[in-house]
Amino acid sequence: MIKNLNDINDLSGEQVERLIALAEDILADRAKYQDSLKHRTLATLFFEPSTRTRLSFEAAMLEMGGNVIGFADPNSSSATKGESVADTVRTVACYSDIIVMRHPKEGAPIAASLRSPVPIINAGDGGHHHPTQTLADLFTIRREKGRLDGLTIGLCGDLKFGRTVHSLIQAMSRYDGVRFALVSPEELRAPDYILEGALRRPNVSYQETDSLESVVPELDALYMTRVQRERFFNEADYVRLKDSYILTLKTLERAKRDLTILHPLPRVNEIAVEVDDDPRARYFQQMFYGKVIRKALLAAMLGVSV
Amino acid sequence: MNIDSIRNGIVIDHIQAGNSMRIYQLLGLDRLACSVAIIKNCKSRKMGRKDIIKIDEDFDVNLDALGFVDPNVTVSVIRDGQTVEKRKISPPERIVNVIRCNNPRCITTTEPGLDHVFHLTDAERGQYRCAYCDAARQ
Repeated sequence: MIKNLNDINDLSGEQVERLIALAEDILADRAKYQDSLKHRTLATLFFEPSTRTRLSFEAAMLEMGGNVIGFADPNSSSATKGESVADTVRTVACYSDIIVMRHPKEGAPIAASLRSPVPIINAGDGGHHHPTQTLADLFTIRREKGRLDGLTIGLCGDLKFGRTVHSLIQAMSRYDGVRFALVSPEELRAPDYILEGALRRPNVSYQETDSLESVVPELDALYMTRVQRERFFNEADYVRLKDSYILTLKTLERAKRDLTILHPLPRVNEIAVEVDDDPRARYFQQMFYGKVIRKALLAAMLGVSV
Repeated sequence: MNIDSIRNGIVIDHIQAGNSMRIYQLLGLDRLACSVAIIKNCKSRKMGRKDIIKIDEDFDVNLDALGFVDPNVTVSVIRDGQTVEKRKISPPERIVNVIRCNNPRCITTTEPGLDHVFHLTDAERGQYRCAYCDAARQ
């Protein structure tokens, strides 16, 4: 049983495999799960904006017969009056069975889980972790490539503040023979706790570069990320770095025919719209898989047996 | 320079030269009513130079805080002028409310009532990381 999900490392490799297997089953027979979460309530606490994560959690809960409460804007909650995270979750736990929260402060879901009597799922804490996006990424890669080991994965863009990147590296580094190509400007390189942690494992290798073109031919999957304005204290730095990488059809000329292009979305300029129609672009499918794996997660965390 | 021996109290020895004031503050020795001697830069055969702190009262030393600042120190408990216990310090796996996270994005900077928790992630380099945001402190 998964108590809280703050970081993808809270899940063992075996638990990830079980979630993927459950997601496959949900995908195969949606009707079988339509009442699985009946009379259960999900609270979505979004202290930061979200489209995909919040709506996919809400859709997942509703499609399994459950209820949804919450807020999508902290200005409509008592957070604006200075209420602490601990008090907010203690309150919301009175009205719900499970809480999904996104918060700009790193570690906020841990602070919440220390006080919450119901499970907490981290839906993004600042530039830190985003484990359910990682589950969506893993599920997509598994479905697209048929495996998670022995792959060469390029991660491109903001690797410093890109929480989805941190969680994905941590998750993929558990599999044998994985190679990472970390493509970013010098200022947006992956933080040292990632380099010193997950990437030190003997079963993985990595290279850091600022050139996407130089690594594209080797890649099995390419994970593009947005340079996030909201993570910068200095607007000038954001403007200087925001268009560091733009994936175009020209860039893809030298890529493998079976490359899988992923993006946690939203995108701004980093993937040209012309790429959307290329069969290697799988980022819209990735969103769909995100909902399915979140259904599996909610069912697993609420202890539903079907 | 002579500093009197203490009859009952604590001696923190083999402090890396220059670290004594930090230890004084971290252990909250300024709040003690008894005599506290800080001896800086005294000669040491083993260390070249070292600092020593003598506390003229039995005192519950926060060994975790000490292990975080300087894991090579020794702590001696003195009773009736005799050393009755000598404690060797090692870097603690976990420290609570010894230091604060200085990552402005960390939840500990805004959330009231949270313990400030750090885990030892690299014993060789004495590196600790915040249990909430993973920011490093040494």
